[in-house]
Amino acid sequence: MNSTEIIQLLQQQQGPALAAAVADGLHPHVVVPADRLMAVATVLRTDWRLRFDLLRCISAIDWPAKNTIELSYDLLATARGHSFAVKVLLDRANPRVESLRGIWPAAEWHEREAFDLMGVTFLHHPDLRRILLPEDWVGHPLRKDYQYPTEYQGLQLNP
Amino acid sequence: MGLIEGIFEPGLIVTSVDWVLNWSRQRSIFPMTFGIACCAIEMMAAGAARFDLDRFGAGAFRATPRQADLMIVAGTVTCKMAERLRRLWEQMAEPRFVIAMGACAISGGPYHLHAYHVVKGVDQIVPVDVYIPGCPPRPEALIEGLLRLQDKISTRTIAKQAQG
Repeated sequence: MNSTEIIQLLQQQQGPALAAAVADGLHPHVVVPADRLMAVATVLRTDWRLRFDLLRCISAIDWPAKNTIELSYDLLATARGHSFAVKVLLDRANPRVESLRGIWPAAEWHEREAFDLMGVTFLHHPDLRRILLPEDWVGHPLRKDYQYPTEYQGLQLNP
Repeated sequence: MGLIEGIFEPGLIVTSVDWVLNWSRQRSIFPMTFGIACCAIEMMAAGAARFDLDRFGAGAFRATPRQADLMIVAGTVTCKMAERLRRLWEQMAEPRFVIAMGACAISGGPYHLHAYHVVKGVDQIVPVDVYIPGCPPRPEALIEGLLRLQDKISTRTIAKQAQG
């Protein structure tokens, strides 16, 4: 299926859940509200025409001017050969969204990374710990307004 | 410091024992398998057939710090790694030596500025005997550093040192 057909199918199944849809360009995607993400993801994973069985990546993007953190879930259907993306926009002050660990197991570590570096909280995640940085690290370094530490456990970091 | 360093008076016998100890230590430096970034590729090349660190007695890379004399810090040391690196160094038997290989291990290298997660020089964590600059250093440079470390070992003595 091409992007237009995928969007039509989603609109039939989840009509009012889609906030926006982009069918052309380099990154065709739909934007969904945070509370409808689980329902849309379930359709993408289970509908026999879609069968998106591979979650390739979860990208988190910080938009301070828009006061938004954007999550982009990039999907691939290995048997069907089509790919698509779902985006969800979160409040920058308190970004939280349901974990998709139950739909795509690969989401577990991707969500830990987004939590570690961007500070997104994933509800009902089985093991939401930092994945890259030390456990006692302060802050989320990929936020645009992150203040670089001058030292960590006695090590001088910014000479 | 090993068990016998610094307990004997200087003299003819001590000098000869020094010579034998240093000669054997120089020619059987067992490095630890400690490649933590791209410099490790050059370290592996230095250990393989073309450059053959075994010619200098340093080709036996040990997988445990307790059997190793030399820690070649070959790569970028992150803050998370710093604690582990220090613990591995503490587990090595004395006398122990450290080579800081490459720009990252010496000063942070490309991560010296604008990196929140990289230790700016491994000498903040462990004492370094030889610095080998380069990004990464070629295997010849690593061999040169190893020869300088051998020079350093040749000056060791088990005689008492003047207290400074």
